[in-house]
Amino acid sequence: MKTFKLIAAAALVSGFLGGVAQAQHAHELAIPPRNEWSFAGPFGKFDKTQLQRGFKVYKEVCANCHSINLLAFRNLGEAGGPGFSQGQVKALASTFKIKDGPNDAGDMFEREGRPADRWPSPFPNKQAAAAANGGALPPDFSVIAKARTYPRDFPWFLVDMFTQYQEHGVDYITALLLGYSDDTHGVEVPAGKYYNTYFPGNIISMPKPLNDGQVEYIKGADGRSQVPETVEQYSKDVSAFLMWAAEPQLEKRKETGFKAIAFLIVLAGLLYFTKKKIWARIEDHHSQA
Amino acid sequence: MSGHSTYVPKSAIGRWFESRLPIMGLIHSSFVVFPNPRNLNYYWTFGGILAFMLVSQILTGVVLAMHYVANVDLAFNSVEHIMRDVNYGWMLRYLHANGASMFFVAVYVHIARGLYYGSYKEPREVLWILGVIIFLLMMATAFMGYVLPWGQMSFWGATVITNLFSALPGVGETIVTYLWGGFSVGNPTLNRFFSLHYLLPFMIAGVVVLHVWALHVPGSNNPAGIEKKTDKDTLPFHPYFTVKDAFAVVCFLIFFCWFAFYIPNYLGHADNYIEANPAVTPSHIVPEWYFLPFYAILRAVPDKLLGVLAMFGSIAILVFLPWLDSSKVRSGSYRPAFQVFFWVFVANAIVLGWLGGKPPEGLYVHASRLCTLYYFAYFIVILPLLGKFERTRPLPASIAEAVLGTSGSASAMAGSVAASPNTKG
Repeated sequence: MKTFKLIAAAALVSGFLGGVAQAQHAHELAIPPRNEWSFAGPFGKFDKTQLQRGFKVYKEVCANCHSINLLAFRNLGEAGGPGFSQGQVKALASTFKIKDGPNDAGDMFEREGRPADRWPSPFPNKQAAAAANGGALPPDFSVIAKARTYPRDFPWFLVDMFTQYQEHGVDYITALLLGYSDDTHGVEVPAGKYYNTYFPGNIISMPKPLNDGQVEYIKGADGRSQVPETVEQYSKDVSAFLMWAAEPQLEKRKETGFKAIAFLIVLAGLLYFTKKKIWARIEDHHSQA
Repeated sequence: MSGHSTYVPKSAIGRWFESRLPIMGLIHSSFVVFPNPRNLNYYWTFGGILAFMLVSQILTGVVLAMHYVANVDLAFNSVEHIMRDVNYGWMLRYLHANGASMFFVAVYVHIARGLYYGSYKEPREVLWILGVIIFLLMMATAFMGYVLPWGQMSFWGATVITNLFSALPGVGETIVTYLWGGFSVGNPTLNRFFSLHYLLPFMIAGVVVLHVWALHVPGSNNPAGIEKKTDKDTLPFHPYFTVKDAFAVVCFLIFFCWFAFYIPNYLGHADNYIEANPAVTPSHIVPEWYFLPFYAILRAVPDKLLGVLAMFGSIAILVFLPWLDSSKVRSGSYRPAFQVFFWVFVANAIVLGWLGGKPPEGLYVHASRLCTLYYFAYFIVILPLLGKFERTRPLPASIAEAVLGTSGSASAMAGSVAASPNTKG
């Protein structure tokens, strides 16, 4: 009976979490490979240089079609992010023209960007964005790293709870960027669409966005970049950047979590011994009564 | 209750006040000297944990409401504003969102404990029914809360669930129109859900007061399922149970913080980070995990109206449980046959939850039907009949005996044994 109860209890835990993973669906999809991320795990932190590289990829490639409406220039200089200096943020913002107004005369006008401004959208509205991209709206990138995932089957979604694997979104995005292939595996791809191994349904409207050597990374003293200028590296870097953009407070959250849990464990220990001591008085209590 | 009338305030001001509003005496008799069965195990700490969670949800929720905007064009971004720009907004929001899940974890343990130890039986029927009402209010509150961020799953979840009411003959369409405030889920829906999401927790708090009141008339049930008889069977609430509950709450908080700080989106859906779009239906619309067993029951029935009735019936049937269970023995610890059916019921509920997240096709539907059948059979067939046929184990003469092994013997080991849950032979 004891064993049975234990099994039932284990089933209880697995069951309710089982439902969670089921939120995702069961199309026959390729499973994105797992990557090593500096921001994974309880002590995870963003790699500043990776965020800066990822930002460069976004700015030079993705930003041509994809907006990132919730990102302000100032965010790029805030703690827990790519760590640009205030001067760099200011300089960057000033390279953009921001539509403002109306002024006292009632006219709209353009002015230089300021750190408090949000990243300007590449298109004036969603319709224009879709029209310029064969009818498919390029999704906004503000929280896309949290808005994408892939299904984790039993028992892996349970394991994820303990290992804190939360990087489904970035792994998916990385895989998607690397998932373009000329071999369509028998899938008929309409004109203006592309085959992608990891995209649900395998047919994606976005052409292969990245190519080797497309984005120039900052060179070291030896005149070479610290990391290879390859599609694989670009994909990882821009995914990391998107994770930060989706969750700029991630580092602070994990740090606070560690402090909170450490405090609670100490408090629980103290309470446990207090409880033991108080409950040891029961005989006294009843002999007085 | 032995706690009554023993309270005399020490200060003159206290005595002056007490003679006009005896609230300190009420608190004293309810939470200080209140005699609790000494053999309560840790499953009995979930009442305190739930009270803590209610307060936590209200506090975080009130602050979130200061920053949230209930408008279809602004809601999604206002939540992201909280996550990004409000001081500790990310923490408040993750505590609140995961807090809802933790609330349900605790309430399911609390309900399962009541089911196992027969806490619904005479004289605690009203206490039990008040609990069912709280559970229903919690579900309504959680459902409406999940709509507020106005993501894809918010919108489509709201559409699916509100549409269920349209199955009711005659009044269905009218009810749905009132729920929506229009002819589809839209801005009026979001506004009224926000209003009700703010209101219902205070109604829960009100029913919780009644729940505790009804609890304090007969006092807590206990693992032995027998009533307290002498002072030897009980211990005062303070300090014995205050410290025990505090320890349990802190342990639960560690579990809570693991989710809120390390895996805050684990229990949510990625789709809810996509802003609601009435023109795009997600490939799978799935409710939050705590609704999945009931969602499975809904989909197990081929007819829409009957499915809706089965889903609401699966909760409504709990109201009648005190009169469905025919066993005179309260605690499952003394009912070996009951234990088997009980644990199968628990496993069955878990499987239903798993099925609720699967697409409603093929084997999943058949399995859902079997599980739904067992769910209802447990209440309508098994519990009414089991009490007539099963052979129960002999009950201890008193709670003290259940704890100490023999009647009234004050052995040296009593103190340590008292805290352990399973002290039956």
